[in-house]
Amino acid sequence: MNDLTPTREQRTAALEGMGCKRKRVEDIRFTQGKGNYVDDVKLPGMLHGDFVRSPHPHARVKKIDDTEALKVPGVLAVITAETLKTVNLAWMPTLAGDVQMVLADGKVLFQNQEVAFVVATDRYAADDGINKVVVEYEPLPPLVDPFKSMDANAPVLREDLAGKTTGAHGPRKHHNHIFEWTVGDKDLTDAAFRKAEVSIKEMISYHRTHPSPLETCQCVCSFDKIKGELTIYGTFQAPHVIRTVVSLIAKLPEQKIHVIAPDIGGGFGNKVGAYPGYICAAVASIVTGKPVKWVEDRIENLTATSFARDYHMTTEIAATKDGKVTGLRVHVLADHGAFDACADPSKWPAGFFNIVTGSYDFPTAHLAVDGVYTNKAPGGVAYRCSFRVTEAAYCIERAMDILAQKLNMDPAELRLKNFIKPEQFPYHSALGWEYDSGDYHTAMRKMMETTGYAALRKEQAEKRAAFARGETREIMGLGVSFFTEIVGAGPSKNCDILGIAMFDSCEIRMHPTGAGIARMGTKSQGQGHETTWAQIIATEIGIPADNIMVEEGNTDTAPYGLGTYGSRSTPVAGAAIAMAARKIKAKAQMIAAYKLEVHEDDLEFDIDGFRVKGLPEKFMSMKDICWAAYNSVPPGMEPGLEAVSYYDPPNMTYPFGAYLCVMDIDVDTGVYKVRRFYALDDCGTRINPMIIEGQVHGGLTEAFAIAMGQEIRYDDTGNVVTGSFMDFFMPTAVETPHWETDFTVTPSPHHPIGAKGVGESPNVGGVPAFSNAVNDAFSFLGSKHIQMPHDYWRNWKAAKALGAIA
Amino acid sequence: MIPGSFSYHRPASVADAVKLLSDLGEDARPLAGGHSLVPMMKLRLASPAHLVDLHGITGLKGISRNGNNLVIGAMTTQHDLLASEDVAKSVPILHEAALLIADPQVRYRGTIGGNVANGDPGNDMPALMMTLGASYRLEGASGARDVAAADFYQGAYFTALEPGEILTSVSVPVPAAGHGYAYEKLKRKVGDYATAAAAVVLTMSGGKVATCAIGLTNVHETPLLAADAATAVVGTSLDPATLKKAAAAAEAIMAPAADARGPVEYRKHVGGIMVTRALQRAAANAK
Ligand SMILES: Cc1cc2nc3c(=O)[nH]c(=O)nc-3n(C[C@H](O)[C@H](O)[C@H](O)COP(=O)(O)OP(=O)(O)OC[C@H]3O[C@@H](n4cnc5c(N)ncnc54)[C@H](O)[C@@H]3O)c2cc1C
Repeated sequence: MNDLTPTREQRTAALEGMGCKRKRVEDIRFTQGKGNYVDDVKLPGMLHGDFVRSPHPHARVKKIDDTEALKVPGVLAVITAETLKTVNLAWMPTLAGDVQMVLADGKVLFQNQEVAFVVATDRYAADDGINKVVVEYEPLPPLVDPFKSMDANAPVLREDLAGKTTGAHGPRKHHNHIFEWTVGDKDLTDAAFRKAEVSIKEMISYHRTHPSPLETCQCVCSFDKIKGELTIYGTFQAPHVIRTVVSLIAKLPEQKIHVIAPDIGGGFGNKVGAYPGYICAAVASIVTGKPVKWVEDRIENLTATSFARDYHMTTEIAATKDGKVTGLRVHVLADHGAFDACADPSKWPAGFFNIVTGSYDFPTAHLAVDGVYTNKAPGGVAYRCSFRVTEAAYCIERAMDILAQKLNMDPAELRLKNFIKPEQFPYHSALGWEYDSGDYHTAMRKMMETTGYAALRKEQAEKRAAFARGETREIMGLGVSFFTEIVGAGPSKNCDILGIAMFDSCEIRMHPTGAGIARMGTKSQGQGHETTWAQIIATEIGIPADNIMVEEGNTDTAPYGLGTYGSRSTPVAGAAIAMAARKIKAKAQMIAAYKLEVHEDDLEFDIDGFRVKGLPEKFMSMKDICWAAYNSVPPGMEPGLEAVSYYDPPNMTYPFGAYLCVMDIDVDTGVYKVRRFYALDDCGTRINPMIIEGQVHGGLTEAFAIAMGQEIRYDDTGNVVTGSFMDFFMPTAVETPHWETDFTVTPSPHHPIGAKGVGESPNVGGVPAFSNAVNDAFSFLGSKHIQMPHDYWRNWKAAKALGAIA
Repeated sequence: MIPGSFSYHRPASVADAVKLLSDLGEDARPLAGGHSLVPMMKLRLASPAHLVDLHGITGLKGISRNGNNLVIGAMTTQHDLLASEDVAKSVPILHEAALLIADPQVRYRGTIGGNVANGDPGNDMPALMMTLGASYRLEGASGARDVAAADFYQGAYFTALEPGEILTSVSVPVPAAGHGYAYEKLKRKVGDYATAAAAVVLTMSGGKVATCAIGLTNVHETPLLAADAATAVVGTSLDPATLKKAAAAAEAIMAPAADARGPVEYRKHVGGIMVTRALQRAAANAK
C-alpha cells in the first residue's frame, strides 16, 4: 500500500451513503428554475379547461345555459354532468368508499363546487367562457355546523343516498351520517371511569385547515384516439393508484393509461386523491381529441380540493390522584363536508386515529368516531400526517395538559410518569397497535435538560407574579408535546387502497461501468428522494450515491407502488430499496467469489467491494463486479445486475419526539411571540441529517401556521371566507420562529435499515406544542382549554373572557 | 384569477393621459403600480375596458422641495420613498410607514399616487397624509386643483377624484424640527393590511404636548383624523388617564368591519392601543 491508498474513512465518505449530509441533487435544477412541473408541460394543440363554480353552499341546479359561453371566441365546449353521464362519469368513487359528483348533478353541496367545465383554446378564453355560462339555482338551507348535522330536522344533503342505511363502513344512523367507527373495550373503559379517583373531560377541536401546497393541483390529459391510449401528466402523490382508479372508472385497459408525475411543488396530502379536474380534463381530451390542461388557481385550491382535519374530539381521561392514567375515552365528530373524500387505507374510515393513546401506558381505552356530511368542501386528507395521527396527537397531548392542570402537576412530570417504558416494547396499545420501539424517558429528559425546563418554569412563576402585581401585560407559556406517530402504511394484513395492499417497491439496474438507475413506486414532492434513496443504495452496495440515478413518477417505467404520503416512503419504499440492493449485493458476491476463485462464504463485504476473509489484498470492488456482471459471470448464472423488491412491511414504524415551545403573549392585543422552539425527533436510523433537519423546519413551520391561525372558515351561511393567502395564514420567513433541532436514535427493529420516517413528525408534534404553550400561558388565569387557532384576536378574546382586560 | 379583456394605453404626457381618460370615459382607469388594481381585475371585481398606464409619463416620478413642502410625484414608488434620504430626515414617519407596507416586491412597483388615490381604507398612506396635513394635486381636462388629503376621502373607494382626473403629486409640509412621530400598525403578517393602525405627529414643549395630529388606518370606511383624541392630549404630559381618554376618543369615531382580522370590538380595542402606543413612542422620540 502506498500513501495514495484511500483510508476506510475516505472510502466510506466517497460513497456519500447513509448518515451523510449529502446535498440535495434535485436542487441543482430547482434552484436554477429548471424544474419541470405540470404547468411546464405544453403539448401541441393543447386546450385549456376551467370550472364554472357554485356561489351557493347548497342549492338545486335548475338550468345550465351555455349559449353565450359558446359564442366567446376560443371556447370550444362546455361540459356538464349531462355530458359526463353519457360516459358514466358524472360521479366518481372516493378512496373512502363514498361517491362524489364530478360536476353538479341536480344540486350543489358546497360553495365553489364544480358545476361545468369550459374548454377553450387558451386560459383567458376559458375564463371569459365561464363568466358567460348562466346557471339557475334554487338555494336550499345550508348545513354548516357539524354538531347540527344529525338533528332530526337537518336538511338532507345527499339525496343520492336516500334509503341507504348502510355505507362503506357499516350502518348509517341519520341521512347526514357517514359512518361510525369504534375501537377498544367499552365495558372495561367505562368501569375504569367509574372507579377513577380523578377524571377530566373536554371537547377539543382541531379546526378545518388545508395542505395548500405552493403548486396547486393540475393535470394535462392527452387521449390518442388511434392507439386508444390516455396519457396523464399530473401532480400526483400516488401515480400508480391514479392509473388504477382511471382504469376502473373510465373502463380503459390499464396498460393503455400512462400516468406521469413530473416535479411536484409540494403535496402534503392534497395530491393523493382524484379530483373532478382530472376527470373533466380526460373526458374533454377524449371528446375533442386534443390534449387538455387544467390548472387550479389558489382560491380553487383552498376552497375546493381536499381540506384537512375538522375533528371535534370529546376527550376523557381517568387517573389516580397521584397521576397514573387508568383509562381513555374519546368520541370524535368528524366533519367530512359534502362527500367523504378522505384518502385513508380502505378499512380505516378515521385513519389511524386509534393511536390516540399516544406515548402513554393506558390500561384500557375506547374510541368512537362519527363521520357526518355538511355543506363544505369534501375531504379530509392527511395534511402532512399519517391518516389522522395529527388529530390524535393533538387530542392526547392537550388532554394530558388538562389532566396535569387538574392534578396540579407539571405536565412534563405527568408525562414521565405515564410513558410506556423502554422494556415494554414491542408494546401492545389498548386500541390495538404494536409499537415497535421507543425510549421516551431519555428523549423527554434530554429535552428538559437542553432547554433548561426547570429554570423556564421558575421564570414563568415570576412573570405570573409580576402580572398579578400589574407590572407587566405579558404572560408566558410553556408548551410541552411528546408525540408518538404511526407511519409506514402499511402491512397488507391491515392496509389497502381500493383492494391493493400498501406495499412499496424498488427496481435497481446496475450498468457495466458501476453506475445505475433505481426506480420506486413512491413520488417525491420535495422530500428529496433523489438524494436519500441513492444514499441507501450507496451504503448497501458500495457504489457512490452520485453514480445512482433515482427516477420516480412514470407508471410505465417505475414498479407499482402506493406513493408518497403518511411518512410511508422511508418505512416502506426505503425498505424495498434496501432489500433490492441486498439482492444485487448477493449476486455480486457470487460473481466476486467466482472471479477471486474462492467460496462465497469466504468473502466479506467491505465498504465498496468484497474482500477475502483473512487476505486483505484479495479484493474486488463493486465497480469491477458490475463490469464482470456483463462479461464473466459464473457458469449457469444469467448475466446482468438487476433486482426488484416489493416490500410488504411486517409492522408500522413509530417515530416519536419531545418538543417544547416557549411563548410570550401580550394580553391587550393578543399578539404572541415564539421565544424559543426546541424539537427533538427520534426517527430511528438517520439517512441524511441535513434533509431531516429541512423536513423538521418545514413541518414545524406548518404546525406553527396551523396552531396560530391557519384555518378554512365558513360563515354561518356557508360562505367560505378564507379563500386567499391574505386570510389563510401562510407564514413568511418574517413570522416563522427560529427552530432548534435535536435527536435521539432508536432504530426500528423490523425495518431493514432501522429507519422510521420523519417528514410528518414536526407537523404532528408541533401543533400540540404551540397550542399547549398558549393554553399554559392562560391557565393561571383560570382557563382550562382554549380552542385553536390561536390568532391574535382569539388570544385577546380569551384574555377578555378570563377578566384580564378591563 | 384571470382578468377580463382590456385595451392598454401608454400616454407620454399628463395632457395625453387626461385626454385619453376623458375620451374613453367611465370604462377607463389609470394604471400605476398595479398592485391594488390588478388583483381586483384578476378577481373580476374590476373590469376596466381600458387601462391608461402612467409609467410613460416622465414628469410624474421623483421627490423635490418646494419651500417647506416635500413634493412627491404620483409615480414615485414606495421603494423610492424608502431610498430617499430627504424623506428619512425630514419626514421620518413617511419612511417608517412605507416600510410597513407589504413586502419589497410590492414596494418596488406600488406608487404613492396609487396608494393615496385608490381609496381603500386599508391603505396606509392616506391616514398618514391626513395627519401630516398633505394635499394632492389633481389634473383634469379643466386644469389643475389642490385638494387637502383631509377632504379627499368620501367612502370606501370613493374619493374627490373626478372622472378624467389624475393625481399628479402629493405635497407634504415638513413637520417642525424636533417633532415626535410614530406609525403603529398591528397586522397579522408581512403583506397584510392593518387590523388597526395609528399615525401620530406631535411637538413637545416643557414635557407637555404642544401640538398633535392623529390619523387612523383601516378602522372605518375612510381613513380618519382623530381630532378629539389629539385635542385631549395637547397640554398634557401623556399621563395614563390622558392616554386612556385619547384612546377612548379615538375609538369613539372608529367603525371597522368585522373580518378575519377580528370582530369589531377587537379592532376598535386594538385601534385604541395603537393610538396609545403611537403617542408614547412619538413623545419619547420628540426633541
Ligand atoms: C400583497 C399586497 C399587500 C399589500 N399591503 C399593503 C399594505 O399593507 N398597506 C398599503 O397601504 N398597501 C398595501 N398594498 C397595496 C399597495 O401599496 C399598492 O401598490 C397601492 O395600494 C396602489 O398603488 P399602485 O401604484 O400599485 O396603484 P394601482 O394598483 O395601479 O392603482 C390603484 C388605484 O388607483 C388608481 N390610480 C393609480 N394611480 C393614480 C393616479 N396617479 N391618479 C389617479 N388614479 C390613480 C387606479 O386607477 C386604481 O384604481 C398591498 C398590495 C399587495 C399586492
